[in-house]
Amino acid sequence: MLTVFLQFLFSGLTVGAVYALVGIGFNITYNATSIINLAQGEFVVIGGLMMWFFSESLKLPFLVSVALTIVTAGIVGFFMERLTIKPLKNPDLLLMIMITIAVSIVLRGILMFVFGKDPYVYPSFTEGEPVSIYGAIIQQQTLWVIGITGFCIILLFFFFKKTIIGKAMLACAVNPTAAQLVGINVSKMVMVSFVLSAIVGAIGGMAITPISLMEYDKGPMLAVKGFCAAIMGGLGSNRGAVLGGFIIGILESMTAGYIHSGMKDAVALIILLLILFFKPAGIFVSKTMLQLRKF
Amino acid sequence: MKKGDSAAFFVFILLIILLPVLSGSTYTLTVGIFSGINALVAIGLCILMGYAGQVSLGQAGFYGIGAYVSSIASLHGGLPIIISAISGMLVAAIAAVILAVPALRLKGHYLAVATLGFGEIIYIILNEWGPGGPSGFGDIPHFGLLWYTIDSTRDYFYLIWGLVAVVMFFSMNLIHSRTGRALRAIHDSDLACNAMGLNVVALKIKVFVLSAVYAALAGSLYAHYVTFISPSSFSLFYSILVLMMVIVGGITNLWGAIIGAVVITVLPELLRRFEELDVLVYGLILTLSLMFFRKGLVPILIEKMKKLRGFAIAKH
Repeated sequence: MLTVFLQFLFSGLTVGAVYALVGIGFNITYNATSIINLAQGEFVVIGGLMMWFFSESLKLPFLVSVALTIVTAGIVGFFMERLTIKPLKNPDLLLMIMITIAVSIVLRGILMFVFGKDPYVYPSFTEGEPVSIYGAIIQQQTLWVIGITGFCIILLFFFFKKTIIGKAMLACAVNPTAAQLVGINVSKMVMVSFVLSAIVGAIGGMAITPISLMEYDKGPMLAVKGFCAAIMGGLGSNRGAVLGGFIIGILESMTAGYIHSGMKDAVALIILLLILFFKPAGIFVSKTMLQLRKF
Repeated sequence: MKKGDSAAFFVFILLIILLPVLSGSTYTLTVGIFSGINALVAIGLCILMGYAGQVSLGQAGFYGIGAYVSSIASLHGGLPIIISAISGMLVAAIAAVILAVPALRLKGHYLAVATLGFGEIIYIILNEWGPGGPSGFGDIPHFGLLWYTIDSTRDYFYLIWGLVAVVMFFSMNLIHSRTGRALRAIHDSDLACNAMGLNVVALKIKVFVLSAVYAALAGSLYAHYVTFISPSSFSLFYSILVLMMVIVGGITNLWGAIIGAVVITVLPELLRRFEELDVLVYGLILTLSLMFFRKGLVPILIEKMKKLRGFAIAKH
């Protein structure tokens, strides 16, 4: 009984970690620009597929592959912002969202052309026996996924609290005009936010691929789930996105395990709707915070 | 209806009548039929977005409800197709009211996500409990009136575009009526409307239901034309597609919805020659048209024509 429960819990934590990373990606761009970047899921796919390309196809060493994948994702984020977001002066938010959807279709088209429609996989980061806790079997890669997510969160925390660029980005989130007035280059911060969110997404993709495989069209569903995570935690709050991601992941795997596997996606969405209807600010955000928002 | 619209409407009817005569190829007509079905959904969303200022990413849900309810009612319930199509619209309307009451208090991103969530839930329900599950079901009867079954492509073309014309006529009149003016006022400011004594919530719900009914009508037309449906036609991707149609055509003009629907439906057909690159080219065209024709095709065309006319008058 406990064994089965733990098994579901760990598989929920694994997918939840990726949802959390996607959710954080949404937050980073949302905070800097008020844009919901729906190409966020594609960054995850890029992470997984490029990691396969570097480590399996080119047979590069592990760390080199990781570095190159991160750089690739960053470049994609950079060009996305410079080519589609920056040229538009003073745009309508809905239009912006649609443009990110269009960009996601372009990215999907490129990924399909380069990698085809087959799923890809590569071995876990470390070889070795799975860990057993009360009879529940945990693959080593699961620990990697959760560990990497935790590491990313801590890193981001320090980035926003301690570094000058991080602080400048937070300032843009609070009030872009005021940020501009004190000499922050807002346009540059927007660019950084896209690069950063692409990298965060790609890291999630790299970590999850050995467990759940990766194919060119996984992006949209990942984006929806990650978005649910961000909304659940209150859009813009990274702590909220992490909690939201884990909650959705765990609920999903519990539903799949105890009720019915086809219903797992519905449960996350129903909870999302309930939260939206009864506490649209997210579970972890106070009313005053909400009033400060543009939406 | 305004003067310009009446002229446009006349040309529109003429085009509908003439197209099958001029180009009798089944392929052209089939693409035309799908454009018409999509146009119905797009018109509904255009009223909702362009006039009432509400976003929906869940139109595929209503479209799916229309298709499934109508098919099941006619196939298993043995109802005449008109009755089954109407029951599809009714179920969609009820679903729309249930969703609208809590959802329309939300704004912007949140409303978009709530409708998206609704659409996905319907999609999952169709996958889990719909006849045939993910692989869908067939043998859905063709559309018919009493003893006359419509099964030729040309007749279907006339039926669907005839309905588009009816819906368009009704919607145009609605927009230029008192209700329409109230809707545009809501688009500009909820608060001011409330202060003027308009029942903003009731109006928003009505428009939301209207857009759902249009989508459900399109869904049942789709099901009875294709005679085979599966959940994959009613996924989030379809909602996004309809949103693209409305935005590409021009959100502030109902004709934009029709033009957008035709463009977005025909585009993938034209891109077939690119084979594996078609998704990529499709995405590029969408991105560029969103970036450089921000107002949408129809409003830009109207502006251009006005400029030309102004130029002509200045010359005299």
